[in-house]
Formats: sequence, C-alpha cells, structure tokens
Amino acid sequence: MSHPARGPSLETVGMSKHFGALKALQDVSVSVPAGSFHALLGENGAGKSTLVKCIMGFYTPDRGKLLIDGAEVAVRNPRDAQALGVGMVYQHFTLVPALTAAENLVVSRADAPAFIDWRKERKALEAFLERMPFRVPLDRPVSGLAAGEKQKLEILKLLYLDQRFLILDEPTSVLTPGEADEILGLLREMAHRGEITVAMISHKFREVEAFCDDFTVLRRGQRVGGGKVGAVSTREMAAMMIGDAVVRPSAARAKAPKNGVTLEVAGLFAANDEGRDSVNGFDIKVKAGEIVGIAGVSGNGQSELVEALSGQRPIKLGQVLIHDQNFEPTRDHFDRFKVFGLPEEPLKNASVPNMSVAENMAFRKFDKVPMARLGFWMSREPIRAEARELIARYNVKTPSTETPIRDLSGGNVQRAILARELSGDVDVLIVANPCFGLDFASVADIRAQIMEQRNRGAAVLLVSEDLDEILELSDRIAVMSGGKVAYLTDAAGADRTTIGRHMAGH
Amino acid sequence: MSDAPATAKSASDLTQPVGPEAARSDWALRLRVNSEYVAIPLLAIAIAAALFALFLLAIGKSPVDFVSYIWRGGFGTAFSFQNTLQRSAPLILTALAVAIPARIGLIMIGGEGALVLGGFAAAVLAIPMIGVLPPLVALPLMAAMAMIVGGFWVGVAGFLRYARGVNETISSLLLTYIGIAIMNFFVEGALRDLSNPNKPSTRPLGDAYMVGKIPGTDVHWGFAFGILLCILLYLLLERTTFGFAARVTGGNYRAALAQGLPVGKLIVACSCIAGACAGLAGFFEVAAIQGRANASLAAGYGFTGILVSFLARHNPLVIPPVAILFGGIVAAGGLIQRRMGLPDATVQVLEGLIFVVLLTSETLYGRFSIFKPPAARDRP
Repeated sequence: MSHPARGPSLETVGMSKHFGALKALQDVSVSVPAGSFHALLGENGAGKSTLVKCIMGFYTPDRGKLLIDGAEVAVRNPRDAQALGVGMVYQHFTLVPALTAAENLVVSRADAPAFIDWRKERKALEAFLERMPFRVPLDRPVSGLAAGEKQKLEILKLLYLDQRFLILDEPTSVLTPGEADEILGLLREMAHRGEITVAMISHKFREVEAFCDDFTVLRRGQRVGGGKVGAVSTREMAAMMIGDAVVRPSAARAKAPKNGVTLEVAGLFAANDEGRDSVNGFDIKVKAGEIVGIAGVSGNGQSELVEALSGQRPIKLGQVLIHDQNFEPTRDHFDRFKVFGLPEEPLKNASVPNMSVAENMAFRKFDKVPMARLGFWMSREPIRAEARELIARYNVKTPSTETPIRDLSGGNVQRAILARELSGDVDVLIVANPCFGLDFASVADIRAQIMEQRNRGAAVLLVSEDLDEILELSDRIAVMSGGKVAYLTDAAGADRTTIGRHMAGH
Repeated sequence: MSDAPATAKSASDLTQPVGPEAARSDWALRLRVNSEYVAIPLLAIAIAAALFALFLLAIGKSPVDFVSYIWRGGFGTAFSFQNTLQRSAPLILTALAVAIPARIGLIMIGGEGALVLGGFAAAVLAIPMIGVLPPLVALPLMAAMAMIVGGFWVGVAGFLRYARGVNETISSLLLTYIGIAIMNFFVEGALRDLSNPNKPSTRPLGDAYMVGKIPGTDVHWGFAFGILLCILLYLLLERTTFGFAARVTGGNYRAALAQGLPVGKLIVACSCIAGACAGLAGFFEVAAIQGRANASLAAGYGFTGILVSFLARHNPLVIPPVAILFGGIVAAGGLIQRRMGLPDATVQVLEGLIFVVLLTSETLYGRFSIFKPPAARDRP
C-alpha cells in the first residue's frame, strides 16, 4: 500500500437478467466514471438490487458486460468482485457485535493469520486510520457503537480491504440526518480526490441532490433516465422513478387541533434491555387532531418509549392517560380507547411473517363478531372478505389473500399493517419510523394516511429519526434526549438548527 | 367515515385475482408449497434408513431382515397391527404434548415426566376408590387426576418460561427427571404394595378397574381418545380464537404483545394442555396396560413422542399416522431382539438417526425451487 489506490471507473453494458417470467433487468447500461459519486434511483422492485447483485457476483447476468477501468472483467462470485476492488455496504450491518472495531477489521481480511500479532496489527490499523477521513473507537465492542459509527466502520472495512469501488445500499436509512450528512460528505470528498468511486442506492432526493454527481433511474428493470444531478429537478427525477403511477399529493393539514388533551403521558419510566432506565420521566400531551413529532438521535429512549406505550415493554413508573382515564396496554384497552399503532419494521414488530396476508390483517378483529362466533369459533370467510376489501382500498399488492405476508415487499407489508390499524375509528395513533426503508410512492402514501387520521381527529404521536418527516407532518415537535423531553416547540416556528442542537444534547 | 382512503390506482391494477380461478390457483399453490412439508421429512427418513442400514451391515446384520421383521412384528398380521395401534396410543398423546407448545413457539420435551407423574397420580387416586366407587365413576376421576397432574407439571415449565425467561426445553427435561424420581420415591417407599414381592409398585387396580378394549379389537380405548384429541386440538389450533392467538404469539412474540394478547396465559395454557395430554397417556398406561404404577411407566414413550411430533411438523392431524409408524417399530422391537440377536437399544439407534437427520433437514426448506409458487421463484 505504498502508493495511494485510486477509485476505478465501472460500467455495465447491456446487462440483462430474468427470473422465470420476470425480466428483472433489461439491457441496462450504466457508466460510473472514476472518482465520481453516482446515485442509483428507483422504486422497490425496479431492479436496483438485481443490478448491484450482478455486479457483485451474487447473480450471473444472462447477457451483458461488466467493465472496470475500461477492461471487461468476469465476476462469477462475490470473491471475484472483492479481488477486483468492488465492495458493498449493505442496508443492515454485517459487523460482529461482540468484537471490537479493530477485531472486526482484522478478521474481515481474507488473509487473516491464524495467530494474530495484535501489537503489529494495531500499529498497521492506526497507520491506516491516519490516512482515513473519519475514525471510530477501535477498542469498544461494536455493539456499543452508535449507528453512525457502525456505518463508518462498515465503510472503513471496505477501504481497509482495499476496495475502491464502493456500492452503498441505502446507507443512511439507519442514520440521523447529521450522521448521514457527515458520512456522505466525507465520501464525496474522497471520491473527488480520486481515492474512491461510489455508487449509492437511495430513495432520498435531498441526499442525492446534496452529494451525488450523476444519477441513473431504473424502472421495471430498464434504465429510464439519468444524467448530471442538478440538471434535472427533483420532480422530474421522481416522475422518472414512478412512471405513470400516480403519487398521492401530501395531504393538506385541515383545521387546527381541538382543545382538550386526548393522550397524556406523565412521568413515564421504562428500562432498556440492559435494565437501565432509558425512558426517564417522559411527559407529553397530545390533543385530538394533532400530530406531535418526537425527534431525537437514535438510542435516546425512543424505541423503548414506543414499546412501553404499545405493550412490548413493561412500564416501570408513570401514567398513560387517554381522555383522563388510566390506560394500560392490554387488548381490552386498545379496543376501548381506540389506540392503534404503526411500529417501525412492521415485518418484525407488527406481523407474523409466515401467517397469511388475510390472517395478519385480522389481528385486531379476529376475536370479535363476525370473525369469531360465540366468542371463540372463527370463520374464515369474514377474514378473507375483510382482507379483500382492505387490499383493494389500501392498494396492497399481493398475489392472494392467502400468501404469507413475508413474501410481500416492504412497502406492501407496511400498507397491509396500515390497512389493519387505520381502517376503523382511531382516537390515538402511535407511529414509529413508519417510512423506514420504503420507496417514494409508499412514503407519500403512508404520510398522507397519517395526516388523514389527524384531520379526522386522532391524536398522533409520531416518533421518527427522519427530521424531514417530523417537520412535514407535526403540529408540535418534541426533542427526546436522555429519555425525556428536552425541547418542545410549535412546528410552525420550528428551526432546524435549534432542534438539532437539542438533539445533540446541548 | 364515508370516503375511504383509497389510493389513486384503480382496482383493476391489482394483482389480486378474484373468483373461482383465484380459488383454484390458490389451491394449486398451497398444494405445491405444502408438498415440501411431506417430501423433506420423507427424504429425511430415507436418509436415516440408509445410514441405519450401514450401521446394521457394519455389525454384520442384514437390513433386509430388519425391514421384514419390522413388517412382521409391527404391521404384517392383524395381531401385530393391533399391537402396533396399542403402542401408538401413548405416542399420539405424548406427541401432542410437543405439538401444542410448538405452536406457541416453545420446544417442550417434558412429556415423559408428565406421563409418569400423571399415571402415578391416577394409580394413587385409585387406591381409596377401589371397591368404593364404581369403575365408571372412578376411571374418569383417575383420568382427570392424571391430566391435572401432567398439566401442572408441564405448566410449571411454561410459567417459568413466561415469568422468569427460563429455557423451557431445559426445564421441562429436568422436570421429567424430577418427576420420575418422585414416583420412584413413593413407589419404593410409602406407597409400595408390600404384598407384591416383585418390582416395587403401587397397589394393583384389579381387573374391574381396568380400561377395556375398543369393541371388536384388541386395542384399548387410549388409541380412540388419542385420535379424538388430535382432531379436537387441531380444531382448537386452527379454528378458534385461542389457537389464532397462540399462533400469533408463537410466530412473533413482539407482534402479539403489541396486539395486547395475554401471552402469559396463552403460554401457560398451551403448556398445561400439553402436560394434560401426556398425563392422559400415563393414565392409559396404568389403567389399560400395567394395572399399577411402577418404574415401567418411564418406558421412553415421552421421548419417542418428541420425534413423532417433529416428523409430523407439529400438525395434530399428521401425528396419528406417524405415531402408528413408530408404534410399529416399537412393537417389533421384541421380535428383532429375539430373531436377530440385536440389543433392544437398536431401535433407539434408528430413532436417534431419524431425529438427527430430520433436524438437519430443516435447513433444506426453501432450497428447492420446485416447491415454490411460480411468482416467488427466483425472486431477487
């Protein structure tokens, strides 16, 4: 590693790949010049992942060539790609949580020795980090690192393995805006210095506009557009992505919230998995017809708060009142107070992956007439009928009502859960990162649905790590820091910098 | 609530098929997907049988003889088949003791302990009732006692799981050994029938207090009750709100909590049902076979039941045929021992091989594209 490695250029020429009858990629040619930051845009199922997996050697394309620095190369498996200096950061972390950053880096090497001379390795690692624009604590177990640090470590790992063409799959979906901006900014600088070349799959136009040089849009397996970022407006990019599909306009905010508190959380304490209080005297009041957004850096007790309110975590101390009555997260109270929830990662939190779409949609009503007779005997037809209606009304794309829900795409799982939770009368809605990892059309759709619930008079508590989402939807914004509300403001006069400062704990 | 929040797309855009065509393709799809659950266990049995054949060849015995003795000893004649059915009765019940907790996500292997304690409790309860109450009153009371005690025993493992996070597989196994020890303690001590110089046992029930045979057969009523329970518990799991809630809890504990389901009660209830099934098996072993409680109750039915339930993929309706298969192997054990000069542990070697290969075969699900619905096949 005496001379600094350079980021290579990469080009696909006429790449095609089919799975059965599905043409996942049709004649896709993408060119990423050396030292550039390229954005790969497209809806879920547009073929972005397939393209990237063909480049990485997970799939063998039916036709088409792959050129690196202008020379045709054969990538038969991921090891070939690694040898050619092409590396990928996945949406989910691939680090070993129990190992430290240093250990993770060293064991990731293909030539990691059977006996590791740690002193020598430490020196080499520090020399390596010296040349890197960002650093991470080397000696702490990865499980104790913040998401931003983990993501940095993932990228450092690729650079450590001397991979100079980086493919990032929605790298910022796990990061706070500040972390995302920092990492993308540093990558961009490195690319512009010619040290790396980056191709990033993204849904976030803001990031694409701020950091990327060029973009390519895929739709239904075909390349439908591309060019210099900035030459095309966001709206045009969105139009390329979704084609003739209609995206819901963001729902208008109807009249101001009513007076009178619907949901009141008072002095709430809840412990995290390690037994420490991570919700630490949390207070909030939400009126009918109001969205209160809870912003905050990930890990300040937001997930524990949502879990405590939705019955997934015991409440140690404190009260939850709905219409001045004591609320406990039991099935009986969920129904009586009309409390509904849209948790983050619905496949993990709100559905049973191997049960059918119809059964998953019946979770709220399976023990009530008409789905259950005599209080215990279930009939299948009402379950299917309800599912058919919800599927049509909420535009859930599924082969049938009997398909296991795990076979649906992320956006459609979220729509199915949304349909289940929002189809009735809603008084209180608890939402957590509802658009995590979803495509453009789904995001617009889901945000519009949340706004619609507000306009109908529901009290909405929106916990989100996406500040843009909070600013777009909320009537009032609370910043959560150290397990309690650190700052509370009306959204109308909200200032990004002030919110950011309170998020950082100042 | 008049205007539905329909999105801009028209209904015709949906890939959702409607009408009878949809029903047919649904059915074909389900057949295709479900055939995997038949093919892979059969493959596992075939591989285990091949390994077992190698084992027999290695110790100089003929696999062909082995198969023919299994056939003759377990299935070939009306007599041997009835013997097989009789042996399958406790297997059906102990397999249910695994299958029900499996639906709520627990691997409970305490059937043997619940069987032993249930049988023991029935025999003890019988002592003051013999000659006092008519058999038609005493026997149901004994059965109920066996189910209560068995249910309690496995229920403890379920409660510890829910309340304290204790691994239910370990605790139910350990409770089994405690259960057997408790029975031995009493049978060899306070409750020993001193007039019986042989094996330490409780007082015999006597012929009048024994469960009879199903009319026209040589098979006791335990078999019929086993089949009946399989049907009832299948309906409980598939067609009732209880079963639905249990499946939600087993499929995703966090989702069950978010729906406010009473997960603790569900877990303990499923565990109690499981223990009650095994306890009932103990009752029939005492009241239809042994006539008294002694160490022979711990004959390993509870452990073979684990294998039966796993092979049946914890489906109560599949348990009876699998239990009959293993009942046949157990029934033929004696014949194999005598004619082939093999130790009685041989059958356990076969069961063990099947279990290991079966658990390994779990990794094969989803690997064969032939079983996948066309749309999902090869999807990126």
